[in-house]
Amino acid sequence: MAIWLTKDSKVIVQGMTGSEGSKHTRRMLAAGTDIVGGVNPRKAGTTVDFDGTELPVFASVADAMRETGANVTVIFVPPQFTKGAVIEAIDAGISLAVVITEGVPVHDTAAFWAYNVAQGERTRIIGPNCPGIVSPGASNAGIIPADITGAGRIGLVSKSGTLTYQMMYELRDIGFSTCVGIGGDPIIGTTHIDALAAFEDDPDTDAIVMIGEIGGDAEERAAEFIKANVTKPVVGYIAGFTAPPGKTMGHAGAIISGSAGTAEAKKTALEAAGVKVGKTPTETARLMREIMSAG
Amino acid sequence: MDLYEYQGRDLFERHGLPVLAGGVATTPEEARAIAERLGGRVVVKAQVKVGGRGKAGGVKLTEGAEETVARATDILGMDIKGHTVHKVMITVTADVADEYYFSYLLDRANRTFLCIASVAGGMDIEQVAAETPEKVVKAPIDANTGVDAATARRIVTQAGFPAEVADQTVEIAVDLWKAFVAEDATLVEVNPLAKTAEGGLLLLDAKVSLDENAAFRHPDHEALVDQAAVDPLEQAAKEKDLNYVKLDGEVGIIGNGAGLVMSTLDVVAYAGERHGGVKPANFLDIGGGASAAVMANGLEIVLSDPAVKSVFVNVFGGITACDAVANGIVQALALLEQRGEKVTRPLVVRLDGNNAEAGRAILDGANNPLIQRVDTMDGAAERAAELAAAGV
Repeated sequence: MAIWLTKDSKVIVQGMTGSEGSKHTRRMLAAGTDIVGGVNPRKAGTTVDFDGTELPVFASVADAMRETGANVTVIFVPPQFTKGAVIEAIDAGISLAVVITEGVPVHDTAAFWAYNVAQGERTRIIGPNCPGIVSPGASNAGIIPADITGAGRIGLVSKSGTLTYQMMYELRDIGFSTCVGIGGDPIIGTTHIDALAAFEDDPDTDAIVMIGEIGGDAEERAAEFIKANVTKPVVGYIAGFTAPPGKTMGHAGAIISGSAGTAEAKKTALEAAGVKVGKTPTETARLMREIMSAG
Repeated sequence: MDLYEYQGRDLFERHGLPVLAGGVATTPEEARAIAERLGGRVVVKAQVKVGGRGKAGGVKLTEGAEETVARATDILGMDIKGHTVHKVMITVTADVADEYYFSYLLDRANRTFLCIASVAGGMDIEQVAAETPEKVVKAPIDANTGVDAATARRIVTQAGFPAEVADQTVEIAVDLWKAFVAEDATLVEVNPLAKTAEGGLLLLDAKVSLDENAAFRHPDHEALVDQAAVDPLEQAAKEKDLNYVKLDGEVGIIGNGAGLVMSTLDVVAYAGERHGGVKPANFLDIGGGASAAVMANGLEIVLSDPAVKSVFVNVFGGITACDAVANGIVQALALLEQRGEKVTRPLVVRLDGNNAEAGRAILDGANNPLIQRVDTMDGAAERAAELAAAGV
C-alpha cells in the first residue's frame, strides 16, 4: 500500500500531446504507471503511440473518466490554461489531480482551490509547480524519476523537486512507500499536514521524512500537527538557512519577509515537536537511517 | 515584485481610487516643475522600499517651488537604511482628521486571500494587532466570489468604521478589491486610509506587490521594474532565462532545482565556517535540462562576479542524466575559452543520481586541471570552501 497513488490508480494526462506532457507520459508508462489516456479537445478521438502503447485522446476529463475509469489526472498544460484544466478535473469529480505546471498566477491557484472547497473537496490537488507523487514499484504520477529508489516503508513529503530526489537517493537501500512533492508555490493544494496525516494512517509507512524550505509558516503548522497527531517518527530538513531576507530563492514561495519564514524558526518549531532536524540532506538521511535500523 | 509608493499611487488612480494629485521626480528640476504644477503646499516623500523614512528625514512639507527644490535636493541621494533615494514623490497635502487601515493580501496558511481592516490606522498594523487585537478585523475572502458591496459592508461594520465614512469605505473596499484582482496583486495595503477635514476619504499611502507569475497577462508590469536597482548580473542571467540571485560571498554556486540550490548554499556556508568564513557568492538554479549551452551561460554569469574564488557545481541527475551534465561542463569550459574568457578559478563538481558513474568518468577523462570531482555534497562543499579560502 501507499498513500493516494497505488498500482490500481488509473491515470490520465491533461496536456499529453504537448512536449513536456508527451515526454513524461512516456516516462510514466516506462515506470509502470497505468496510463489510460489523455485529454485534448482539439484532438479528441485520435490516439497517440508511446513506444507501442496506443493511448486514446478524449475531449474532456469527464469523457476520459467515463470511458476508462480514470481516477488520477496529471496536468502539464501551460500556466495560462492551468486554472481551466484544474476546474475541469474538479467538475469531473476525479479523486486526484497532480498539477506539474510551473508559473501559475497565484490568483488562479487561489481560484481553483476555492472552487474545489466549494465543491466539497472531492478532488485532492497536489501542486501546482510540483514534481508529483510516486509510490515506488506501484505507480508514478508526475516527473519524479521512478528508478531512484525502490519500494520500502519510509514516507516522504517535500516542497522541493531535486532535494526530494536527493533524499530518495540517499535512502534508496531502505526504500519508500510514497514520495510526495507538494511544490514551492505560496498556495498549494496538498500541504505537509495533509501528507503527514495520510502517512500516519498508512499501515505501510513506518517513518516520515519532511523537507521544507524558507517562506510562509507551513512547517511551523506542520510541527504543531505532528505534536498533536503523529505517533510515527518524523525526521525533518529545512533548506535556506543562509538565504537573505527579501530575496526570492527560485520558488515563488521561498522568500523571507521581515522576521517571518526563516529556516531557524521552522527548525526550532519542528524540534519542539520532537522532530529530529538534519543540518544537511546527508545528515537528515543518517537520522532516518538510525530510526529505521533501530525499529 | 514590490512597487514604490508612487507606482502604487498611480495604480490606485488608474483604478479610480481617490488619491492625492502628485508626480514623481528624479532631479530637483523635475521636482520644481511638479511643485509649480501642483501649487501651494506640497509634501516631498523619499521613494524607498523600506519603512521608517519619516524618522530618517525622508518626508518633508514644503511651501512653494524654491523650498520644494531645496528639500528634494536634500532627500535625493539620501541613504535610508541602506537604500539610496533615487526618486521623490511630490503630492498636494490633505487636512487629515482621522486615519484608518485597509488591506488585501495573500493568506498562504488558509490558501486564500485576507482582508485586514482597522480604524486604528497610521501606525504599524502588526503593532496594533499585538497591542489591541480587538481593533483589527481579519476577514478571509473567497477568491471566486470576491468582495461585493455586501461583503465590504460586513467588514466595514465589523471593524467599526464611523457611520459618516462607512458608505465611502464600502465603495473603496470594493474598488480596491477590483484593482487587487485586475492587477494580479498579492498585496494592496493602504495605511493610512485618511478622512479629510472635509469628510472625504483618501488613500494616502500605497504598498503594492504584484505576482510575477502573472506577467504574461500584464505586459504593462514590465515597465514597473526598477532597472536601476536590478543587479547587472541578475539582469544578464534573466536575459538567459537563468534564475540567479547575487549574494555576498566567494564560492560560486550552480545547481539544479531551487530546493537543492538553497540547500547547497547552506552546506557551503557551514563548510565556510571552517575555512576563513567564506560564503556562497550566489544562488543559481539552471533547472532541469543542464545542456552545455546552459552550463556555459551559468558559468559565465557566476565567473563574471570578481568576488568568486571557486565554483561548486552541484547536480543531482533526476531526469537529466549526469553524463550529459558532465559533457556540458567540459564543453562549457571550452566554449568560454572560445568566447575569449580565460577561466582560472577551480570548479568542484559533484554529480549524483542518474548515470552518475558515466558522468564522473567523463570528468576524469577530460583531464582538465580546473575540474575537481568530489562525489558527496558535503565533501564537495568542504573542498569548494577550502579552495575559495586559499584563493582569497
